[in-house]
Amino acid sequence: MDSFLIITSLLKIVAILFLILSMVSYAVYAERRVSAFIQDRLGPNRVGPAGLFQPIADMFKLLLKEDFTPRNVNTFYYWLAPCLAVMPAIITIAVVPFGSTLFGVPMVIADVNVGILFVFAIASLGVYGIVLAGWASNSKYPFLGGIRSSSQMISYELSLGLAVIPIFLLVGNLRLTSVVRYQIEHGWFIAPFIGDWTNPWKWLLTIPMIISFIVFAIAIFAETNRLPFDLPEAEQELAGGYNTEYSSMKFALFFLGEYAAMITGSAIMVTLFFGGWHFPGIPDGSRGWVFGLINIAVFFAKVAALIFVFMWVRWTLPRFRYDQLMRLGWLFFFEIALVNIFIVAAILSLAH
Amino acid sequence: MSVTVPRPKLNWRERLYLPAIVAGLAITFKHFKNMLLGRTKVTMQYPEQKWDSSLPDYYRGAPALVRDEDGRVRCVACQLCEFICPPRAIKIIPDEIPSNDRFAKVEKYPEEFDIDMIRCIFCGMCEEVCPEQAIFLRKDYAITGFTRAEMVHHKEKLLEIGGVMHGVVLKWNEKK
Ligand code: SF4
Ligand code: SF4
Repeated sequence: MDSFLIITSLLKIVAILFLILSMVSYAVYAERRVSAFIQDRLGPNRVGPAGLFQPIADMFKLLLKEDFTPRNVNTFYYWLAPCLAVMPAIITIAVVPFGSTLFGVPMVIADVNVGILFVFAIASLGVYGIVLAGWASNSKYPFLGGIRSSSQMISYELSLGLAVIPIFLLVGNLRLTSVVRYQIEHGWFIAPFIGDWTNPWKWLLTIPMIISFIVFAIAIFAETNRLPFDLPEAEQELAGGYNTEYSSMKFALFFLGEYAAMITGSAIMVTLFFGGWHFPGIPDGSRGWVFGLINIAVFFAKVAALIFVFMWVRWTLPRFRYDQLMRLGWLFFFEIALVNIFIVAAILSLAH
Repeated sequence: MSVTVPRPKLNWRERLYLPAIVAGLAITFKHFKNMLLGRTKVTMQYPEQKWDSSLPDYYRGAPALVRDEDGRVRCVACQLCEFICPPRAIKIIPDEIPSNDRFAKVEKYPEEFDIDMIRCIFCGMCEEVCPEQAIFLRKDYAITGFTRAEMVHHKEKLLEIGGVMHGVVLKWNEKK
């Protein structure tokens, strides 16, 4: 039994790592294509059919570039920072259920009972990569980028944490698989009335849930340093921000880190609000491995859709001013998320 | 005198900020969709599609030497273009036309005529200054090479690009 667990876990880890890394490189490609289309351009379309081999060409380009280390950097932290930027994003995916079951094996690498806390704990480590990069580079623009990033992440982590509390008020425990289970039985959190049309409390619950979703989504945008919150890497102000002094593959790692964070962010949003791997009418993996595979496909399709939204927003909105960003985080989202918890609690206590 | 531009007063809908975001997202999505369905066509796929047929008459491409109707290289090696060329891209070595030649009275011809296409800035000064209408800017623009030496257009290459030009300068013809 134990060796079975270890082998299946290892297989899952390898598969997910492979999947996430290829998704990251294709997210870069997708970003370039989507941004191009939004701006009436074509984007990379030369390497392979429709430019699909572009990520491979990019990888070779980045690997062959000179890996230059400036003289005045703090070498140890300078080397450590890019790794720290990628790791947290990939580690968090370990607790996200990406499918139901396949041949009776649950499709989650580690079904820990502190699920969402683990996600927040690890995801917030991502800021260290950026702060260290900014500090170790020993250069003023990266330094400013690092400082901005740390204050931004700290501010938005609050609303991020508060926004999900309503969900766990409903579910009753922190395990991400039980969140999915609950949504299968009671309807997705983004639309909790589904399957229970006549219950007015469910309809009432929709309002705080949507607020919660909006706050969470915006906080994720801020956490992943995506536009309109990409102040740590504002090209026009900071000459690139924390990654200015980096070159070659180390620079690419920051990029990959951002995209990996975007993918895990989307995966968590899908799990918390869009019913995870569940799609109405499709049974779970206990009915046969085909359905298990379909569940996994549904999950990643949802993730891809959310990634598209990330990109869509990025190429639509201009960047916030720094004080506006802070004001938004501390004076609006924090309060909204806090009040939202009380609303949900009130609805729950009245409904019972 | 300074002018204070008053900040516009926003109504509650504008201050909510979200409707504007949604409107913006709708606009970008429209562009995305039109591109995806191939309704927007702005990009020319360069090596496959070319602009050549639509190049305007005044287009300034590679400078080239031309021959006249009699097959004579029109250039008389006066070296005015060499003198005027701003980046000094032209190098001419003149020589004398032997006295038994049909065009002996022209006296000079360019023994060598090189234009360094790495230097040329396609300004058209050579064309403008030439008293013989012997050098013209043609519509060739894709000028590439692997070495610097390859990028120097020698006389043969220049004449090949130039071809024959029928024109007003007929003063060297025999009947005159
Ligand atoms: S086009 Fe201008 S730069 Fe080029 S050869 Fe003529 S004078 Fe020189
Ligand atoms: S100005 Fe005309 S005639 Fe004189 S050297 Fe140049 S191309 Fe020949």
